[in-house]
Amino acid sequence: MLERVQPERTQSDRVMIEIRDVTRSYGAFKALDDASLNIREGEFFSLLGPSGCGKTTLLRMIAGFDTPTSGSIAVDGQPMDGIPANRRPTNMVFQSYAIFPHLNVEQNVAYGLKRLKLQGGEEKRRVEEALAQVSLTGLGKRRATELSGGQRQRVALARALVMRPKVLLLDEPLSALDKKLREQMQVELRRLQQAVGITFVLVTHDQYEALAMSDRIAVMFGGRIAQVASPKEIYQRPVNRQVADFLGGMNFVKAQIVAENGASLVVDTLGFGRVKTDKPKAFVRNGGAATLGIRPERLRVLWDNASAKFEVAGKVVERHYFGEITHLIVEIPGLEKPLSVTETNDFGADDIPVGAPIRLAYDPEALVAMAD
Amino acid sequence: MTVAAEGSPPLRVAGARRSPLLQSEAVQGFALISPTFLYALILLVLPILVVIAHSFWTQDYLTIDHTFTLENYRIALTEPIYRDLLWRSLYISLTVSALTVILAYPIAYFISFHGGRHKSLWLFLITIPFWTSYLLRVMSWKVILGYNGVLNSGLIGLGIIHEPSTALLYNSSAVIITLTHAWATFAILPIFVSLEKVDRTLVEAATDLGDGPLRSFLRVTLPLSAPGVISAALIVMIPTVGDYVTPKLVGGKDGVMIANAIQAQFGKASNWPLGAALSVTTMVIVSLMAGATVLVIRAIQRLAR
Amino acid sequence: MTAMRRFLPSWLTSYAILYVAFLYLPVIFLPIFSINTAATPKFPLSGVTLHWYEDLPRTPALIDATWNSLLVGVSASILSTVLGILAARSITRYRYPGRRTINGLIMAPLVLPEVIVAISMLLVMLQLGLSLSLFTVVLGHVLVCIPYSMTVLTSGFEGFDRSLEEASADLGESAFGTFRRVTLPMVAPAIISSLLVCFTISLDEFIIAFFLTGTEATLPIYIWGQLRFAAKLPGVLALGTLLLVASFVLMTVAEILRRRAARRTQNEGGLYA
Repeated sequence: MLERVQPERTQSDRVMIEIRDVTRSYGAFKALDDASLNIREGEFFSLLGPSGCGKTTLLRMIAGFDTPTSGSIAVDGQPMDGIPANRRPTNMVFQSYAIFPHLNVEQNVAYGLKRLKLQGGEEKRRVEEALAQVSLTGLGKRRATELSGGQRQRVALARALVMRPKVLLLDEPLSALDKKLREQMQVELRRLQQAVGITFVLVTHDQYEALAMSDRIAVMFGGRIAQVASPKEIYQRPVNRQVADFLGGMNFVKAQIVAENGASLVVDTLGFGRVKTDKPKAFVRNGGAATLGIRPERLRVLWDNASAKFEVAGKVVERHYFGEITHLIVEIPGLEKPLSVTETNDFGADDIPVGAPIRLAYDPEALVAMAD
Repeated sequence: MTVAAEGSPPLRVAGARRSPLLQSEAVQGFALISPTFLYALILLVLPILVVIAHSFWTQDYLTIDHTFTLENYRIALTEPIYRDLLWRSLYISLTVSALTVILAYPIAYFISFHGGRHKSLWLFLITIPFWTSYLLRVMSWKVILGYNGVLNSGLIGLGIIHEPSTALLYNSSAVIITLTHAWATFAILPIFVSLEKVDRTLVEAATDLGDGPLRSFLRVTLPLSAPGVISAALIVMIPTVGDYVTPKLVGGKDGVMIANAIQAQFGKASNWPLGAALSVTTMVIVSLMAGATVLVIRAIQRLAR
Repeated sequence: MTAMRRFLPSWLTSYAILYVAFLYLPVIFLPIFSINTAATPKFPLSGVTLHWYEDLPRTPALIDATWNSLLVGVSASILSTVLGILAARSITRYRYPGRRTINGLIMAPLVLPEVIVAISMLLVMLQLGLSLSLFTVVLGHVLVCIPYSMTVLTSGFEGFDRSLEEASADLGESAFGTFRRVTLPMVAPAIISSLLVCFTISLDEFIIAFFLTGTEATLPIYIWGQLRFAAKLPGVLALGTLLLVASFVLMTVAEILRRRAARRTQNEGGLYA
């Protein structure tokens, strides 16, 4: 994915948004179930999950468009109970962008400032500044209906940023854009957040988007928060199969727990033998069984006579070509399901014949234990 | 999209009760519509109930005798004059709705499938005459069909006939022609809407599977536009059965319809209960006829497969 | 097959043109005979005159009827548009049980025989002891105008992206401010369109006015009264022509505004348009 080029901004540990035991139910249906979460000042935070997981509900409750059935939300230390959306220090970029079609770009951006009755040329100055921030300088007079999708998104951003909110909320802001523009906007959004230093809360169902932009991610399923961690940890150390699956392909191997202590876990598997791994923080033992996971790109093909400290041997049963990589399905004796392996094509992985014997190297560090 | 899916679950759980927000949504919506709803209740539902009540009472010179009776219905259904008027009205409204639908279908089809860029212009052209006064449109037909009217003078001028024909005006046919013209737009719009909904790829699929244009039309387009045909038929049939102006102006003695008799009971004859019973009878019978029409169209639609 | 395919649209086009002619032809005779010197409407025209039009402003009963019609039309259009706004907003914005039934009831006058609607109201008004007047005509016209007002307004309100109002609140605007700065400007064309449509319907409506008016006549009632006298036909034709032109102009403006409103609310441009 995208490499971050900027130096990491030093974040304070001050809590900007505090979500305590928030539940939102509609009759018997719980859109959000007892969610607790701290979002720090200056952080780019993503709420990631499939549709219906409650991420948008949570975002809209922070914005004030929805009310928790129970629990509380505080922004910058101030409880938000009973405070309507128009008096919250948050601003939102809507999924549909919600650009006022009867106003031009400038009027859209100045919409919220009009109420502040700013002195002198202050309003105009701030609008210009906001337009410059999103590279829309000179398009102020453009009619809202004449804008492209990417431009609409920039107007929505400028309109929210010009209010200088403590928190900027983004509801799937990139989902309406095509792939190329989306990737470009990911970089820009991240850069913009670093520049303004405002807390960004992004809702997305696209794991790559969340991984590429966020300081931290909360993965949500069925109204519950499954894991909150940095992108790297979420990707490499998912707490359960659901999180692992949602973040990308993962091979799962059945394991028997042999020993367990505070920090590590020793398990026996059929394909990988006895493995010692870090015990995840959220690991709760459920009988003697566990699951080991390994990402397909963490299995490397061993060529010719090369050998590795840790390897498994098997047979290629399928091969799928994807341009820069090849996807191999490898049957390992003893494993109930074949392993998925992705290998770059630099060394000719795309030429490995189906049916050929193959050896795969792995790093035990890449094996992650998950509760069953 | 996610907003729709997650942000407004009230759609999904409309029946749920406990949620205060949901309740307030329902309450707000209902509060907002209640003035209009009340207006319709007081000036439409209540009056119709009053009419139904009257139909079971009797006129006693200037007062109303509130004893329950079915006498008015007996008169309405058995007196030859009302029976004939009722039959004629039903015949006319059935004929008019059949004619308007048959005449309207091709034009709705044309606009929907071949209207191209000018679709909305065509629709506009077709709706405009509808917005002009109904009374004036009926009047123009009187001018056209009259003894000294356009048609007669035109035909004489062309030497086709030698003296004005009296067969044109003051009969059921004149009523049917006038009503067919007056309700044309009403028939076109629902058919057009249902044709617009027909997925064009379905027609292509039928062609791909070997149907010619006529067959694919009969087997795909026509059955799929049946809902439009049904609503067009009903939207013409029900109001025309009670038309007053047209029979009065171009119907003559031969084209009098039930509405004229109803009006007479509320006017000169001053027998409100009988007028009420005639109204109720008309509405009930035309509803039955409408129901039968729906069943027939559905049956034909099934046959088309 | 290909021959048929090519033949079909051209056959249809001719049919469409004929059909439009059928729709317009009868109406066209009104202006034609309104400038005829002879009192009887027949071809060929005996001569061209504007005499019948010149007579119109000299007829006191007609002037009264015109004022009555304007009064009724303006009142009915404002009332029905207000009621229409409430109902259309409720229908397009909220979900609640009974919504469809209520909508169906409000739209019902559209498909009921007008005579039956008229006599029902007449009965109730007489029972309530209301004396028949232009006021009762307005009440009746509002009932038949609401369905049209609803149709126009719903097409203007529908697709009104709810997040526009949320965005306004999010940017600090109050509920009233949001209505004034976002909702109203967006739906204004639809509202004006509804006013024009209702005014036109009221101006042209005959049956309900006929049953519900007392001694005051509206324009259609005046015309109805004149139809008994063959000699007055040209005057009626002239008046009818003026009414036709008025309806035509009002409806054209209304349609342009309605389209503008619909275009505006569609929030075009994004994928989510």
